[in-house]
Amino acid sequence: MLRTTPFHPRTSLINQLQNWRRWSGYYTAGLYEMSHEREYWAIRNAAALFDVSPLMKYLIEGPDAARLLDRIVTRDVQKMSIGQVIYTPWCNAEGKVLDDGTVSRLGETTFRMTSADPNLRWLNLNAAGMDVSITDISDQMAALSLQGPKARVILNRCAAKSLDGLKYFRLMENAIAEVPVTISRTGYTGDLGYEIWMEAANALPVWDALMAAGHDYGIAPAGILALDVARVEAGLILIETDYTAAHHALIESQKSSPFELGLGWAVNLEKGPFNGKQALVAEKAHGSEWMFVGLEVDWVGMERLFHEVGLPPQISPLTLRASLPVFKGSAQVGYASSSTWSPVLKKYIALAHVQKPYFEIGTDVLLEVTVEHQRKYAPAKVVKTPFYEPEWKKK
Amino acid sequence: MTSHTYDAIIIGGGHNGLINAAYLARAGKKVIVLERRPIVGGAAVTEEIFPGFRFTEFSYVVSLLRPEIIRELELPKHGLKILPLPSTFTPMENGDYIAAWDDHDKTRREIYRHSPKDADAYDDYARLMVRMAMAVKPLLSLIPPDLASLSPRDLVGLLKTGLYAASLSEKDLYAVAKLVTQSSGDLLDDWFETDALKGTKSASGIIGTFLGPRSPGTAYVLLHHYMGEIDGAFRAWGFAKNGSGGVTASIASAARALGVEIRTDAPVKQVIVKNGRAVGVALENGDEFHASVVVSAADPKRTFLQFVEPKYFPDEFITQIRNFRVRGSSGKLNLALSELPNFTALPGEGELHRGAVSISPSIDYIERAFDDAKYGQVSRRPYIDIIIPSMIDPEMAPPGQHVMSCFVQYVPYDVEGGWDESKKEAFAENVIATLEQYAPNIRRAIIGKQIITPVDIERIAGITGGNIFHGELLLHQLFFLRPAPQWADFRTPLPGYYLAASGAHPGGGIMGAAGKLSAQEILKDGLR
Repeated sequence: MLRTTPFHPRTSLINQLQNWRRWSGYYTAGLYEMSHEREYWAIRNAAALFDVSPLMKYLIEGPDAARLLDRIVTRDVQKMSIGQVIYTPWCNAEGKVLDDGTVSRLGETTFRMTSADPNLRWLNLNAAGMDVSITDISDQMAALSLQGPKARVILNRCAAKSLDGLKYFRLMENAIAEVPVTISRTGYTGDLGYEIWMEAANALPVWDALMAAGHDYGIAPAGILALDVARVEAGLILIETDYTAAHHALIESQKSSPFELGLGWAVNLEKGPFNGKQALVAEKAHGSEWMFVGLEVDWVGMERLFHEVGLPPQISPLTLRASLPVFKGSAQVGYASSSTWSPVLKKYIALAHVQKPYFEIGTDVLLEVTVEHQRKYAPAKVVKTPFYEPEWKKK
Repeated sequence: MTSHTYDAIIIGGGHNGLINAAYLARAGKKVIVLERRPIVGGAAVTEEIFPGFRFTEFSYVVSLLRPEIIRELELPKHGLKILPLPSTFTPMENGDYIAAWDDHDKTRREIYRHSPKDADAYDDYARLMVRMAMAVKPLLSLIPPDLASLSPRDLVGLLKTGLYAASLSEKDLYAVAKLVTQSSGDLLDDWFETDALKGTKSASGIIGTFLGPRSPGTAYVLLHHYMGEIDGAFRAWGFAKNGSGGVTASIASAARALGVEIRTDAPVKQVIVKNGRAVGVALENGDEFHASVVVSAADPKRTFLQFVEPKYFPDEFITQIRNFRVRGSSGKLNLALSELPNFTALPGEGELHRGAVSISPSIDYIERAFDDAKYGQVSRRPYIDIIIPSMIDPEMAPPGQHVMSCFVQYVPYDVEGGWDESKKEAFAENVIATLEQYAPNIRRAIIGKQIITPVDIERIAGITGGNIFHGELLLHQLFFLRPAPQWADFRTPLPGYYLAASGAHPGGGIMGAAGKLSAQEILKDGLR
């Protein structure tokens, strides 16, 4: 039996299709309405409320907390100021990515780490000989994510303190419905957004207060399907879809380095020793064989493939989490791991792993698509990600 | 008096004028758009008429904005967002309702409640319309072939049209033939028995025309409705963020980014003709602009009868333009509301408020509304197409309050005795009294209203006759006949002078095809 999140008493009542997915052993809503369309547009035009409680959460405390995290992740934790949040991957000794998540500095010696996979063992292994305590708080802490251009005005309506001064990737202590919460300006949609962290026991009043405050601003509870479209538009990777965690990989070719995942910006080779540093220094020197890029499918070319069989274009409005081969001429040079129709851009887009030298921006490639049961090749171009980045994301 | 030189001058900053300018600029041309009003947008404008309440004043939904235009001009980067309008709710005179929701099964159940037979017919009807729309849709992106011409370009066009028609079965072809000759009422009677379903469907065949659902030719216009639908999830049908003004604002922003100069408060008095060629325009204030080509994004009457002296056109052409039907038949009532309308048929706030609400209880109801208009009266009980923009885009009204857009038909341009304030009030009263029948709280909820008649459309947006399509979508005014035989390819009898708006093929709605296709033709002609 899967577990239910602290918000289940609310979310289960509004899940019209009783469409549940699994996420780290929890029930999570695929969508709440008959279609995920309004939930998607709430992200892009109003505010969408996600229950992200199933995230793995660890509290890391003690004199060596910063040292431990600095040893694990690829970014510089020692330099983080109190109240700062970073997004970062972390690697094994071969410089291959194990997981990605966020690290929040709650105090001088107190951090919270979120991750997709369980990391308790990895944290403890790395903490050998350090003065640090590691607590898995995944079940004790509930989390909501409020994403969209109206997220701030809604929070300002119901939070004890104004969010106006809270910068991108910073957090603050606050209260909603008299429940103490931590609010971080983070998210997985590439839009303005906040994540709200609270004790599981106090979760429901926070949900109710946000829904009430958001009513006049078009707030919509949203599920994984809408989130999956938005995160592809934002160029954000998903573990086990866009990459295989190195310790889950059965063969070498399934592993990826942060550089190969387009996360080179999050690798600090200047800082002291950390897991995978040596391998990453070498890779940086030689250049990566693979790169994770955005593909924009030429819609006219795509339409033509359908017209050839007498059909208008037919593509699922959902993000496809399946591998689609990428070709240059007749040679396969990569694969798309997530692809979706972008409702805001009116474009078919994909996140893809592409081999050297075809990952350069502007390279023309072909994406394999299935048209009426036949393999066809749609013209596509390597483009910069994010595909969509509103000006208010960081403002 | 000042003088300026450009490659192209576009008269009119509506969506087609701006799209035309953007495409010309994209090809490296130096372009200026001259807009009469202080704001761009034409009939696609959003204005804050009451503080905090933003009305999408005239056009209110995006129907067929070509997706290639959205992509090529990168309109999303310039703020364009087309938000879904997922449902249509039709309250009935007996207190019940019928609705099309955003889920196929839910809609089927809903129709089944009224007629099990109609529920089945609904799917078959939709499939046939989609197949036919597929055959007709490519025409929207093509220059219409001139059937009487033997020039190679036209033959290629004809062949292309023929090819799409050839993909239809013989049975489908007969269906197309029937469709272009039938009335929407007859077509729908063939398929359905539920009055409110037929009434609602027939309405899309009469929007913007001076015809009733029993008038032949209206069935074809229904097809236009399905063209958006065959794009499925890729559709550009819905409510634009910030209203229709949001669409034109994004196009204007894209045009500016491409180097287009946009001048507002610049009403054009006349097109300057030299040696039988359009070479510039003179503004009402005397300023002159010179260019290799002049593009009019105004309606055909203004373009050919007002901006240019008739002596530059053949008599026959002038006659055709004079006869071009532009009878305005629709109006708007834009309301600022303190609360949502509460429909007795389905009380409370619900998903119906995020979609369209259609006052169209039967075909007879709409035909009767037309009867009033035929003889110069505003419909006593009009057809009303309602959306509540503030439910779709929270920025349209203050939190907790709402704006409601009511498209109303029939509202004749030539109302008996002419339009005055009391007639306008009477028109608004007809609408409010009609709405009150279905949502009794509407009257007390109104905190502001804007009444727009065809005369107001003409006065504010500058469209002759106040016809929302710059000319009715009548069969004899479509394709190679729009706006006049032999002149459906955006060129005009005056060299250097082009037509780029809804009065040209393929017609109206916020589609932009005329703006883009005309730019392509201008470039083909070798604009220097």
